[in-house]
Amino acid sequence: MTHRTDIRFVLNGRDVSVPSVAADQTLLDFLRLERRLTGTKEGCAEGDCGACTVLVGRLGDAGLTYVPVNACIRFLASVDGCHVVTVEHLSGPDGRLHPVQQAMIDHHGSQCGFCTPGFVMALYALWMQTPEPTEAQVETALQGNLCRCTGYEPIIRAAVAVSRYGTPASDHLNTERETMTARLAALKDGRRVVSGPEDNLSIIPSSVDDLAECLQTYPKATIVAGATDVGLWVTKFLRNIGPAIFTGHLEDLKSVKKQGSLLLIGAGASYTDCQELLSEHLPHLSSYWDRIAGWQVRNMGTVGGNIANGSPIGDTPPVLIALGAEITLRRGSESRTLPLADFFIDYGKQDRQPDEFVASIHVPLPGPNDLDAAYKISKRRDEDISSVAAGIHMTVTNGVVSNVRIAFGGMAATPKRASAAEAALNGQPWTRASFEAAAHALAEDFSPLTDWRASSDYRMLTAQNLLRRFFLENDTQTDNPVQLACA
Amino acid sequence: MKDNVSIIGAAHTNVNHDSAIKHVTGRADYTDDIALPEGALHAYLGVSDVAHAKLLGIDFTEVLATPGVVGVLTADDVPGANDISPTHLNDEPVFPTEAIQFHGQPMFAVVAETRDIARRAAELAKIEYETLPHALDPIAAQEAGYPHVTAPLKLERGDVAPAQAAAANRIKGRMSVGGQDHMYLEGHIAFAIPGEDNDVIVHCSTQHPSEAQHMVAHVLGVPSNAVVVNVRRMGGGFGGKESQMNLFCAVAAMAAKKWNRAVKIRPDRDQDMTATGKRHDFVIDYDVAFDNSGRIQAVEGSFAARCGFSADLSGPVTDRALFHADNAYFYPNVRLNSHPMKTNTVSNTAFRGFGGPQGVIAAERMIEEIAYATGQDPLDVRKVNFYGTKDRNVTPYHQEVEDSILDRLVGELEDTSEYRQRRQDIIEFNKTSPILKKGIALTPVKFGISFTATWYNQAGALVHVYNDGSIHLNHGGTEMGQGLNTKVAQVVAEAFQVDFSRIKITKTTTEKVPNTSATAASSGTDLNGMAALNAVEQIKARLVKFAAETWDVAPEEVVFHANQVHVGQEVLPFDAFIKQAYLARVQLSAAGFYKTPKIHWDRAKGQGRPFYYYAYGASCSEVTIDTLTGEYRVERTDVLHDVGRSLNPVLDKGQVEGAFIQGMGWLTTEELWWDDAGRLRTHAPSTYKIPLASDRPRIFNVNLADWSENRELTIKRSKAVGEPPFMLGISVFEALSMAVASVADYRECPRLDAPATPERVLMAVARLQEGS
Repeated sequence: MTHRTDIRFVLNGRDVSVPSVAADQTLLDFLRLERRLTGTKEGCAEGDCGACTVLVGRLGDAGLTYVPVNACIRFLASVDGCHVVTVEHLSGPDGRLHPVQQAMIDHHGSQCGFCTPGFVMALYALWMQTPEPTEAQVETALQGNLCRCTGYEPIIRAAVAVSRYGTPASDHLNTERETMTARLAALKDGRRVVSGPEDNLSIIPSSVDDLAECLQTYPKATIVAGATDVGLWVTKFLRNIGPAIFTGHLEDLKSVKKQGSLLLIGAGASYTDCQELLSEHLPHLSSYWDRIAGWQVRNMGTVGGNIANGSPIGDTPPVLIALGAEITLRRGSESRTLPLADFFIDYGKQDRQPDEFVASIHVPLPGPNDLDAAYKISKRRDEDISSVAAGIHMTVTNGVVSNVRIAFGGMAATPKRASAAEAALNGQPWTRASFEAAAHALAEDFSPLTDWRASSDYRMLTAQNLLRRFFLENDTQTDNPVQLACA
Repeated sequence: MKDNVSIIGAAHTNVNHDSAIKHVTGRADYTDDIALPEGALHAYLGVSDVAHAKLLGIDFTEVLATPGVVGVLTADDVPGANDISPTHLNDEPVFPTEAIQFHGQPMFAVVAETRDIARRAAELAKIEYETLPHALDPIAAQEAGYPHVTAPLKLERGDVAPAQAAAANRIKGRMSVGGQDHMYLEGHIAFAIPGEDNDVIVHCSTQHPSEAQHMVAHVLGVPSNAVVVNVRRMGGGFGGKESQMNLFCAVAAMAAKKWNRAVKIRPDRDQDMTATGKRHDFVIDYDVAFDNSGRIQAVEGSFAARCGFSADLSGPVTDRALFHADNAYFYPNVRLNSHPMKTNTVSNTAFRGFGGPQGVIAAERMIEEIAYATGQDPLDVRKVNFYGTKDRNVTPYHQEVEDSILDRLVGELEDTSEYRQRRQDIIEFNKTSPILKKGIALTPVKFGISFTATWYNQAGALVHVYNDGSIHLNHGGTEMGQGLNTKVAQVVAEAFQVDFSRIKITKTTTEKVPNTSATAASSGTDLNGMAALNAVEQIKARLVKFAAETWDVAPEEVVFHANQVHVGQEVLPFDAFIKQAYLARVQLSAAGFYKTPKIHWDRAKGQGRPFYYYAYGASCSEVTIDTLTGEYRVERTDVLHDVGRSLNPVLDKGQVEGAFIQGMGWLTTEELWWDDAGRLRTHAPSTYKIPLASDRPRIFNVNLADWSENRELTIKRSKAVGEPPFMLGISVFEALSMAVASVADYRECPRLDAPATPERVLMAVARLQEGS
């Protein structure tokens, strides 16, 4: 079968075929410059402000699902086979305003109006999913949207009131769901897509096996899953990413399931894809997960990508290392598995060959005597990069601590275990003194950096205090609250 | 006439923002959304990568060899004056010729067929330079002997030294107050279309179209009448687009004239944040003398500001810091000095409050110092020092405070917020909660309204009534989200007694209203509302004369009411009446004008009445901090704010809510961080953290003081609202301080610096814990 060379998708109501799509062409530039759909705005070009929010509907194993994403860092090639919905598609053919739009108007949710289409799209997605949200749910849905004028109050009031203006059942994305499903199904031709100029190819493998094959053919290719980091390589650093191999559509990489005492996370599963099962089996990660970026980024970014890019301040590695996670890498038809902690060799250096890809993550589920915690410290509570992130795991049997795994992000050049602190705790009694000793031992484990997120002193003191928090939170003799509750 | 019939959209009613439907549908056009003419080019700035250096030359070989590049613009291409300094000090070139003054300074522009080509090519230039030592902050600048960028100000009243000597208590301290990026969601952008002769039309996102016009003319070396500047709306301004747009307008216009093609320039967010100015950071040294009851006897203050490499608006900004260093408090003896320091950083500029917030927070710090020193509730210290209305009512700049409503306003908020009880509860809570600590604070704001540059206090408007009865409204103010156009149209609707929907609001353009002032200093509605009203009154006077003559009635018998005109016993629909007036050759268009009365200011003496009136407000915030990490949450905020007789309560409330959150952001998570090389490292929302929805107070009660009425004859007795509520955010900062103070039993003033990031909170906790 010959490769397909055009990118095909549905844009609002129309089928679109773009003959040649370079690896680094963004969805936002396509919408604004080539289609003059100027309702979608560029505020930051790094997925942090939400002014470019659009919905992307994808036909997966669970049917057609729409999620809000950041068009600014979403590559055009990655919407192949999808339904892209922009703010221009909201009002009905008769020009009547959408319930979300009317609610925003009636509650005075816009001032300068520049962020407004992005808010409307995020609230649209929320309303489709949760028609009558609580304020807390609205806040979580809006973590990826910045407004500098209103102070958010009227937007929240509008969001809570949307259901009074209409029900999602009568929304055209729902009434046309079957037709759209058929249209998207028709776009799936099972072919590999190779599009764009020779020096800047977009490659969309037809399957996971084809991905392995593509990597053998193009070992220097950039693997793009959610593009929430690679997107910035392009928009901020003007780096060439071609040839790029897009993996976000590969359903076989997205599965998240419990298997015995393990949680298996496909490397292509987005943060959102993981949320439900994680919350069920690893409840300590539930609110932590909500603090990873904003909703749009959680819908795009993948756990596999967060690991594979090797950042010392990624949110998932410390907590997964603490849980004792392993990862499987695949190269051609070969696979190998290693402890996640060993994957991170040095700053910018991971144990991955160029033609290898991260295929899955295996997370052992804690036992009845295990204590687990995940902590994130950042300048702003939500949608911020960690100053310090910590995963803590230990077994406490008869008042004695064992099996300690403590991993930190933001404290070293890689996500790293605190071996001295672990040693200070292993075999010790569950006492404040043991934790004090561990806190002091952290100074042997780390000499953190000073940068714009935090000073070295703050990072060290906070890391030590997080061990103290862990003790206080789990100690039966302490009943005072030791952490700000969420929301 | 029927009294129960009224128009829709009158003054003092809740009218939606006039662009609300366009906002939510994405059909509101911002400058970047305007369709480009054929052959349009794109410009992108090339910037320096060193904070201070002697410029030796720039090698453009690789830039010019890039396919799609049309050319470059440097200082050599400036046809007129290479100067865009808004205060005419000639200290701010479009592009520098001899020295690099800050990291990220625009050095040249690349012009190319696409923005992407221009942007990539700009990276290929090789700037040759010889590095010089740099000073980044005002203290380093003072130590290095750097000059002031503009003349400092001294305000003095009474006799400070004897009062200090006589006072029972005296505390000296230093406070660092960080700056703030505007983080308007729409960044800078300008788009120029060349015309015949010297003409050029510039579409841009500026708060000050007239200045952009004059600056473009100055740079092109052509008269102002050759340049038209248009602004339909901005995606936020907050002061960041008062003078900072000049550069982009100048570059777009120069390129458009050079290549005779339309040229658009839009920096990316990082360049927008590094290359354009911000709120000034200050280092404030204070010396406060007070008696044992906490009453202030004397204040001495030194305000050193990080102004950046040029003056820009640093003179009036640092002046306003001094004007507000009293906040709401009477200083019997006072001496305040500003030190507008030159630094090797981007030139700082206007930002909502314009230096005022930095003055107010210094006053509040002194109040805190007194409260901790005397063991009092800070609110009691505040109250005992409030300005009086009959005596104790003279400011450090010798203006009498005639209109203070703070006693009533603060008293009401104290009751409705249950401040006293909650403070007691919090003190009890803190005794039994070892890790989480709470704090509460109730802080007032008094903010002076008027441009301190007296000549800016003027405005023009142009009103046309077309012969079908539709009305076209234009004025010199610009719309950046604040609802100015809506409010001014309400004034016009009210005056003509027609529905709001009859009025077409149009873009601000220098072609229609000349010599306008910046839409700044919260003055937009005060000035432009009055100018529009003046235009309407002129047209109405002609209409009344026409009707009285035609129908032979007394002028008093011609009454505009509810979309109709009553002429004696006759009642005509407004449009039918207008048609008749047109046929009778009545002029249906007028240019309105307004200038603020009463104000005067002698800067050399430091005396006068710089402000027409004051706007007041107060807020009460409660916070919880985590003493293990410094993280915090705002539990509840109550606001009572004075907007006089509100022209549009719902829009005013929106301003108050938004300003509060922005002020809170300034003092909490928004941190500008330069590395040692002088490079700003918090330069995009990924690194620079403005508040999110989840940072709002968990309970947020915002009310307007609906009993207030401006005692001056402002537009419909309303008061300005843009800036004053920004300072309500200070209550969060003060509450954080109390929570920190609890770890040392409230015996020591925590002396938090701003912004109080979780790090600063934790480090202050650690410092106080060590000390106690």
